[in-house]
Formats: sequence, structure tokens, C-alpha cells
Amino acid sequence: MPGVKDDTVINGVAVDDGFAEAFPMAGTALQITAVNEKWALEAARSMTGFATSVIACGCEGGIDGVLSPEETRDGRPGVRVLFFSFDAGGLEKQVTTRLGQCVLTSPTSACYADLDGEQKIDLGSAIRYFADGWQISKKFEGRHFWRMPVMEGEFLCEAQTGVTTEGVGGGNLLLMARTTAQALAASEAAIAAMRKVPDVIMPFPGGIVRSGSKVGGKYKGMMASTNDAYCPTLKGVTKTELTPEIGSVLEIVIDGLSARAVADAMRVGIKAVTELGPEEGALRIGAGNYGGNLGPHHFHLKDLLP
Amino acid sequence: MTGLTFRKREEPAERLDLSPLTPSRLAGMAERDIAALAVGTSRMGLRVGDVFDVVMGDAATVRFEGGSHRFDRIGEAMETGEITVEGDAGVRLGRMLAGGRVGVSGSVGAHAGSAMTGGVIAIAGDAGERLGGPLAGEMMGMKGGTITVGGNVGARAGDRMRRGVIFVNGTADEDLASRMIAGTIVVGGRAAATPGRLMKRGTLFLCGGAERFAPTFVDNGPADLLILKIMASEFTRGEVGEVPFDGRPMRRLGGDTAVLGLGEVFLPL
Repeated sequence: MPGVKDDTVINGVAVDDGFAEAFPMAGTALQITAVNEKWALEAARSMTGFATSVIACGCEGGIDGVLSPEETRDGRPGVRVLFFSFDAGGLEKQVTTRLGQCVLTSPTSACYADLDGEQKIDLGSAIRYFADGWQISKKFEGRHFWRMPVMEGEFLCEAQTGVTTEGVGGGNLLLMARTTAQALAASEAAIAAMRKVPDVIMPFPGGIVRSGSKVGGKYKGMMASTNDAYCPTLKGVTKTELTPEIGSVLEIVIDGLSARAVADAMRVGIKAVTELGPEEGALRIGAGNYGGNLGPHHFHLKDLLP
Repeated sequence: MTGLTFRKREEPAERLDLSPLTPSRLAGMAERDIAALAVGTSRMGLRVGDVFDVVMGDAATVRFEGGSHRFDRIGEAMETGEITVEGDAGVRLGRMLAGGRVGVSGSVGAHAGSAMTGGVIAIAGDAGERLGGPLAGEMMGMKGGTITVGGNVGARAGDRMRRGVIFVNGTADEDLASRMIAGTIVVGGRAAATPGRLMKRGTLFLCGGAERFAPTFVDNGPADLLILKIMASEFTRGEVGEVPFDGRPMRRLGGDTAVLGLGEVFLPL
């Protein structure tokens, strides 16, 4: 098993001598506010729903963090959400569709840009026609907003938001444990720590993936299929990466507005898992890659040890 | 290095056209050449050197020590840099301004900021009629930038305004924002009769109320809108400075329904 021969062991948890292979992505950040945190989260969760994998969802999105009224543009509770896609065009299509269906519709919501950048994508400028001619453009102090009358009152939305092409998608950790309960405990500990890192999201449900994938598959047209090398039930019948004591593997995928943010998130994730230890959590930490030839970003686990 | 200074010797005998004295046009010029620039508007043929003592300095900052209501067209079509007037200025201050900053410690004449597209004009005193408005025959007035007036403004301020922000700390004379196309005007004091007459779009904040409106304005009732809070905070942090509204609900009028009817007037509740 190539991944374990030069293991580092911390607090009884082995860390593979491997790396996560990640890819450049276009990314953006938005601020969603509402009358209270509950409704800001409702809008944010709705907007970032079905945004787990760019392959099938068109984008990857998630909640970066909850914002206090002091941190938001309008002094109300808010949520910062991030979205990533292959390019700015694809990102704009996804963000504006979701903005129109999930934020515009959510009671008391407002939406603001939360990333500067020379390259921009439309927000309110794309959905203003919903107001059917009653939309109001306001430009002042270098900002541009669209106001749209709605049944509840008025939806306020910044016209555009910035885009970074320095985004990184596909940072990951593989957490291998004796049981599913232990793998989940390790993953939850990692996610709790990683959510405190700014500028990253873990786009899968609760931040955790139970069905990590490999590229392609035996069936025609499959862009991805189950990562059989890490499936515990296939030990012995496939070229496995698992030792006999591993009974369950969960993955955490990380997207960030910069490579540094992804590395920071992986670092605190590894620290949390090793602190939990093998009895309650994971026996081993690994990372997924494609041999290093596809993605330009390589996050070596040994460089990220606590 | 200090700015380039024009020190007024005495009150000129005629109105002056000071439009050549902008930072970009003065950059790189020798003192003798600057003094020879024609600024007169009569057959007397006044030149800069006849009216001002010129103190050379960095032309990016131009200063007039001593103003006059006869100093017309200061900062016309300026694109960058700063002009400061210590005293009054005449008509067309900062007309067609595209960038930079023009500051006046006194009052100014008509058509200040006329058809400007960017930059900032800060007038500590009063402004004459048609602040930001177009000249006769022009289709649009102010198209961008910011004007702040510490005192009062004359009739038809913001006439045919298309974009940008005007803030008036004092009162506004009749027909404020007449024929307004879009943009934002904030008035701290009271507005004389029929503000917003024939406005198509745009936003008026009349924090001191108004004498009366045209009958083609309709009452939308109290409005609790986020944009009020956003504008108050952005203005306070930005070029406009503190404004006399703070994001609390205001009464909203819609109009002018004699034309497009997409404009709005906010009044204290």
C-alpha cells in the first residue's frame, strides 16, 4: 500500500505520505442578510443547496460563515456564502439562477457582493427584470444597487460581485476508521474546526462525503464512479488502498478562494482528527489525487501536520 | 511641493473665464506662459498675470487665494487633480467635471456642476440656480459624481439630472429636481414649491419637508426600506458625509405621474 509506507503517526493516528490534488476554479463570495439569523440561514441554505459537485450541479457552493450585524453591510444578521465553478461564465449562470429562486424569494432577504475583483459577474443586474419595469437602479459612493419591488416590500441587491480566478477546488482529506461511527466522529471534529477558517467551504452535506469518486467508470458516459480502492466492502476484490482494520472511509472536500485558505483548512482538519485519536475517531488520514498530473495544486499532508 | 497658487490682487473689472486653469492644462507650463493665458471676457484682453500673482507649485493642486463672483468656469472639464477656491466663485463652477475635486469656501453662481460626469464639488456656502443642470439646449444635466452644498441652492437644482448625488445642507429654491431623469438628491432644509416636477426617475430626500408638491405625486405611505439605511451609512462614510436621515422609515411619494412616474420622494414621517 503506497500510501502508508512512510506514515507519520500523531497521537495514534497515521497520516499518509500523500497529497491532495486540486484544481483552479473561479470563485465568488456573497453576503446574504435578513431580519434575523434564522431567515438569513434559510436563504443561504436554499441558495447553496444542490451545489455539492461542479460535475453534476454546475457549481460548488456553501456557507463560509454566519455574520454578526456589525459585519454586514446593512447592520442585520447575515451569512457569507461562496460559490465555485470552472469559469466566470458558468459561475454567473449558477449564482444568478440561485439568487433569483432562493434569495429573492426568501422573506426579508438582501444580497451584497462580498469579494472585490477586477472581474465581475452580475447579481441584481441579471435578475432585475423580475421587477417588470419597476426596478430602481441606485449608484452612489462607488456602489451600484438594484431595488426590486416585491409583495413583501423591496428586495435590495448589489448589481455585481467580484470574481477570483485564484480559487481552488478539490482539496480533500480521507478519514479512515474502524467503524462508520468513528469515521463520522472524526469527520465532524474536522468539519467543526475547518468551518472556522475563512474563505473556504466544504460543499457536501454537512461538509462530509460518504461516496468519494474516481474519474470515469466502466460504463460509457460516466464522468465519475465509486472510489473502489477506498470501499471497505471491496477489500480483496479490488486494488485496495485500505488495510484490513479499516471499516469505513469518509471524505471532506474543500474549496477555497485561495490555495492558502484550502491549506489552512486542511491543516486544522488534520489537527482536529489527530487530537480526537484512533479510539474515538480515525485510524488514518489520507488524501485523494490523480497521480499529480491533472491538478496544479498539490497539498502534501506532511506539509500540513499540526 | 505645495500647489500652484493664484493670488488675487484686486477685484477684476470684468467677468473672467478661468477654465484654462485646470491641473492638466497647467502641468508642465512655465510661470511666464501661465501668466500669459487669456482669461478676460471683454475687449480689455485680461491675462492671468493682470489679475493674479502666480506662485508656482505642483499643478496637481491649484489654489485660488481670494475668490470672486466674477471668477467663472473654474474647473471646467477637469479630469484629475484638485482645485481649491478661498472665497466665492462665479458661474459654471466644475461644469463638465469628469474627475478630481473642486472645493469652494464661499458661494457660487449658477450652473455649478452642470453636466458633470464624475469627481466631487464641495461648496461651503450657497449655490445659484440650476445646480448640476444642463445649459439651454442640452439634453442632460449632471451625469455622475457628487456635489455637496453647505448652504442653500437656487431654483431648479438637479434639473435633468441623470446620475450622481447632490447633497444640500440648507434649503432648496423652487422646482428642485425638475425633469430629473435619475440620481439622488438629499436636502436637509425645506424645499420650495413643486420639487420633482416632471421627474421621470430618481430619488429625493426632503428632510425638512416641502412647501407643496405637484398634484401628480401620489402618496405611497410609510416606507421601511433597507436602501435608506444603506444610503445613510454609505453617504456618511463617503464623499457626501453625514446626512439628515438614518435609515428609519420615511414617508414615500411616487411621481411625477405626469411623466414616467418612477421617481420617489422621501419625507420625514
